[in-house]
Amino acid sequence: MSTAMAPVSKTHCDNVLRPGNTNCAGCGMSLGLHWLDEALSEERPFMVIPACCGIVTAGAFPTTAYGVPTAASTFASSPAVATGISQILRMNGEENPVICWAGDGGTYDIGIATLSAAAERNEDMIYVCYDNEIYGNTGGQRSSATPEGVRTSTSPRGKVEQKKDMMGIMAAHRIPYAATLSLAHRDDFLRKVRIARETKGFRFLLMLSPCPTGWKSEPAEGIDLIRTAVGCGLFPLYEVYEGLRYRINARPDGTPLESYISRQKRYTAAKVDPQLIRNFISEQWRYLDAMARAFPAD
Amino acid sequence: MGRELVTGNYAAGYTLALAGEANRSGRGCGAGAYPITPQTEIVEYLRGFEFTKGAVVPVESEHSAMGVCIGAALAGARSFTASSSNGLAYMTENVFAAGYYRLPIVMIAVNRTLGPPWNIWVDQGDSLALRDAAWLQFYTESHQELVDTILLAFRVGEDPRVLLPVMVAEDGFVTSHTQMIVDLPEQELVDRYLPPCRVPHQLTHARPTTVGGLTWPKETTHHRHEIQEAMERVPEVLAEAINEFEQVFGRRPHGALSAEYTDDAQTVLIACNTMTRTLRRVVEERRARGEKIGLIMQKMFRPFPRQELLRAVTQAQRVGVLDRNYSPGSGGIMWTEIAATLQHRPDILVQDYLVGLGGGDVTPQDISAIVDELQSRQTAGDPVWKEVAA
Repeated sequence: MSTAMAPVSKTHCDNVLRPGNTNCAGCGMSLGLHWLDEALSEERPFMVIPACCGIVTAGAFPTTAYGVPTAASTFASSPAVATGISQILRMNGEENPVICWAGDGGTYDIGIATLSAAAERNEDMIYVCYDNEIYGNTGGQRSSATPEGVRTSTSPRGKVEQKKDMMGIMAAHRIPYAATLSLAHRDDFLRKVRIARETKGFRFLLMLSPCPTGWKSEPAEGIDLIRTAVGCGLFPLYEVYEGLRYRINARPDGTPLESYISRQKRYTAAKVDPQLIRNFISEQWRYLDAMARAFPAD
Repeated sequence: MGRELVTGNYAAGYTLALAGEANRSGRGCGAGAYPITPQTEIVEYLRGFEFTKGAVVPVESEHSAMGVCIGAALAGARSFTASSSNGLAYMTENVFAAGYYRLPIVMIAVNRTLGPPWNIWVDQGDSLALRDAAWLQFYTESHQELVDTILLAFRVGEDPRVLLPVMVAEDGFVTSHTQMIVDLPEQELVDRYLPPCRVPHQLTHARPTTVGGLTWPKETTHHRHEIQEAMERVPEVLAEAINEFEQVFGRRPHGALSAEYTDDAQTVLIACNTMTRTLRRVVEERRARGEKIGLIMQKMFRPFPRQELLRAVTQAQRVGVLDRNYSPGSGGIMWTEIAATLQHRPDILVQDYLVGLGGGDVTPQDISAIVDELQSRQTAGDPVWKEVAA
């Protein structure tokens, strides 16, 4: 069997995500996959997707919603499986991107050792975490990506712990490129995926992904919720090069925090104190600003 | 290389490396490497070997070691690793994944007691716990058998009629850390014996599939049944692989089992790995005294060689199983499989003996006492524990 990449004339069936899939209405992952495809342009990736909504997206055998070769890995293993694929492709002179597409459970929690090890070895892959701040596939349990205060089925009185700083953890690995992605900032999103595509080594992209089912929000409002999360400063858009050079892409624009939390029952039902979140935002920005001043990318 | 005095682990590392190197004309080789006593020297050897086209990735856990093997095999490469005991237990999820993905990965399992309490010595319970993972399993009684079986493992596992991963077990310390004179093969011969590895469901843009996604119950049953059909083809493929092995290397490794002195044997004892060598000495001494006694070295455990076993006990009245493993609440794992096979021979008394658990020495005197016990029995009973304080 020939394994060399044939010249591709793309049709919709060659898209990373084909039309027709099982994602919930308003799932941020769908748009994220389309933009990933757009940014990769003619470069066709190999995907590794661990246990998460992202693999349910494929649908049932023998059909698949993924138009590129995709390995469904065990929950904690996507960076290890992608390591094997990437190493073998490269030694055969094949430069296709190898992309892990994983949720926050697979990234922040069960897969963090595997992820850390692949980052430490600087394996040649792009790791995208679509962070919906919840175990969405199992029906909405807390993860270490769930924000403080939020109600989930396993934090019924509101989560006591803070959200883990995954970008900080990945930057500490001194990987070539790490960036946050917003589904409300298309140009910024595509630019960052293209930078990741053109960079060698381990690249980490963190996308805040609206989950109407878990966030108890209106499906149609997902993109606006992300715009609001960026605007109020809760989800900063920034890049870290080599783990040491910071660039902030968008500053808080005065969008009120309330317009973010009032539209999500995971916040309102738990009666999360807005001051708690404001404190989190201000600490986060104090840290980011200090890093960007001390280690500017430009 | 020729004949060398080497440890079991050296022999295993050397053979894996040659098998990996033999795929340089194909898509190369990939391995995940993670240390655990008494396996560590194998991954050290692999990390030190300079492959023409290969990557041995120093991962952070056994779970990821098998993850890297899965990725490498999905990319079309020959793939292998080694582990032991709690490492195998930690790796378990991906061991099953490799089997169910139908990837012909080869893994050396250096048998060691599972902890806690912590114990580094030999016990086959670690690899036997993985008997349901859709892997072929071979147990080896000597360094030479280990080397030869590793080569057979690649040949059989990668055969398109089988396409399953293969575990090759050796005894911790007794094999892994002792030295024997071994005929170590030359690269040229391994190149002849192992054609380039082909994984038909390799990930490719020519035919983009999602490997390992969701299946409904009907498709899942079909998938399991296909694995069973592949397992049933193993004896035929193994026989061919042994014949070809003899042509290339000039010696003949054992098949699924080695039945010795069983033609007229009324008493047959069954063991695996190095304990077989002690058993053989006892059997030969007793035969010299005129006893009709024989032995079976159980080499293949998956697929379980039912027909071969039944053929080897034609004249038997009593069968004793020496289990260096223990399934709590049941007994020896080999015994339960052997007893299930011998349901076709209700005239045979099948008795289990739990010996050498946790790496305890099993001496010729111990085995001789077991033979006496077995021969004095009128009925089979619960598994007999050796060396349990009253």
